[in-house]
Amino acid sequence: MPPTTAPSTGVSYDPARAWALHPQVSLRPESFGALAYHFGTRRLSFLKSRTLLTVVETLADQPSGAEACRAAGVGADELDAYERALDALAGSGMICERVA
Amino acid sequence: MTTTPAGTRLVDRFERGLDAPICLTWELTYACNLACVHCLSSSGRRDPGELSTGECKALIDEFERMQIFYVNIGGGEPTIRADFWELVEYATDHHVGVKFSTNGSRITEEVATRLAASDYVDVQISLDGASAAVNDAVRGEGSYATALTAMERLAAVGFTGFKLSVVITRHNVAELDDFKAIADRFGAQLRLTRLRPSGRGADVWDELHPTAAQQRQLYDWLVAHGEDVLTGDSFFHLAGYGDALPGLNLCGAGRVVCLVDPVGDVYACPFAIHDEFLAGNVRSAGGFTSVWRDSALFAELRAPQSAGACASCGHFDACRGGCMAAKFFTGLPLDGPDPECVLGHGEHALGARGGRDVPRSGPDHSSRPRRVAVALTPARRPDRRCDESPLAGSGPAVRADRR
Repeated sequence: MPPTTAPSTGVSYDPARAWALHPQVSLRPESFGALAYHFGTRRLSFLKSRTLLTVVETLADQPSGAEACRAAGVGADELDAYERALDALAGSGMICERVA
Repeated sequence: MTTTPAGTRLVDRFERGLDAPICLTWELTYACNLACVHCLSSSGRRDPGELSTGECKALIDEFERMQIFYVNIGGGEPTIRADFWELVEYATDHHVGVKFSTNGSRITEEVATRLAASDYVDVQISLDGASAAVNDAVRGEGSYATALTAMERLAAVGFTGFKLSVVITRHNVAELDDFKAIADRFGAQLRLTRLRPSGRGADVWDELHPTAAQQRQLYDWLVAHGEDVLTGDSFFHLAGYGDALPGLNLCGAGRVVCLVDPVGDVYACPFAIHDEFLAGNVRSAGGFTSVWRDSALFAELRAPQSAGACASCGHFDACRGGCMAAKFFTGLPLDGPDPECVLGHGEHALGARGGRDVPRSGPDHSSRPRRVAVALTPARRPDRRCDESPLAGSGPAVRADRR
């Protein structure tokens, strides 16, 4: 269906759960990280680091969001910022929960 | 202000340009059944040198290779092209989303139904008055009714979230709430953009651009409505009033956006159809990709820009000197204030400019001789650029650089 105007799905990121990139989202790597475009909501987001790009790309292969962060090398001191980023991505429907 | 891990602001990265545009505007034809007095592309008659269907498809292939997520298709009235739907389908089949601007004249029930079924096509209906009197004075008699009918048809088949696109003028600023009500009535999203002195817009800019008091009113209204209302990053020159509006708030010309015109000429932005901002043509060797990546003009735009006369202004970091095209087509230096600078520096510069000739937009495809009085001349559309502010989608680690 064409665009929804609702910017937020109201979904919160839970690091213990399994996640995946939404099937209607495309990623384009950039020097600063990546652009993410959701064809369903027509919203564009910026992933501001390459590590975040790796996390998002590998979510579907990891048992949980926390595992994806760990495997991508997100340090303990950065984890909070990455979880906030993933929460924003979940809220805008860029990533969604999957059955692990 | 958020920062990237390297400590570089995202906005600075964008100002240095990307390997591919974030989005681009593609005017498919200069042909139009309307003749809006402020048309950015001076449209009316079809150009015999228009890209063929095959050339358009090859260009879409390039967009796909460059991973350009979507294109804003306009004109002219793009649906006039006999191959319009074929090209839309080709683009979406090749992972290039389409948003097209239309005056609504060809949105039949059948078309509306087809559009509602597509995930990858968005529609933008142009309307420049919330009442027929205000709209038709700019866009031509009957154009209000046409646009409303199109919106009714889209709403009737359940197409929600299409865009109602309005160019703000001196005569419709008072109608902001009414526009919002129309959009809400049809389940559409309101999009407001700035009147540029480009194309035929140069003929009417003096009498149609909002007054200083109206600009303030518009800014306050936009702040109150936040991300509920789209602006295509149009009004970053108003950031000097206080907080920046949602969006990138930078001039994306040749850096993150550009324009491809019906004959394949690539300009820095949709508001700058002039030789000065012509980067190349998609028909040349290397195609669009090489124009985007290698053109001397774009390299220049991506180099650090001088703040010039604005350097000592405390608001420069917010408004960044405003719109390049607005300055150019009003005869102001590019490294000085925007003609609608909120501090009034532009007005002063316009006064000091005197009777100096101002540059005229490039190719003129108007169907009839250019006019001079705004009154009740039939007309046709303008607007667009990068659509939704690319940052409105809420950044992950991030939201826009400036909010």
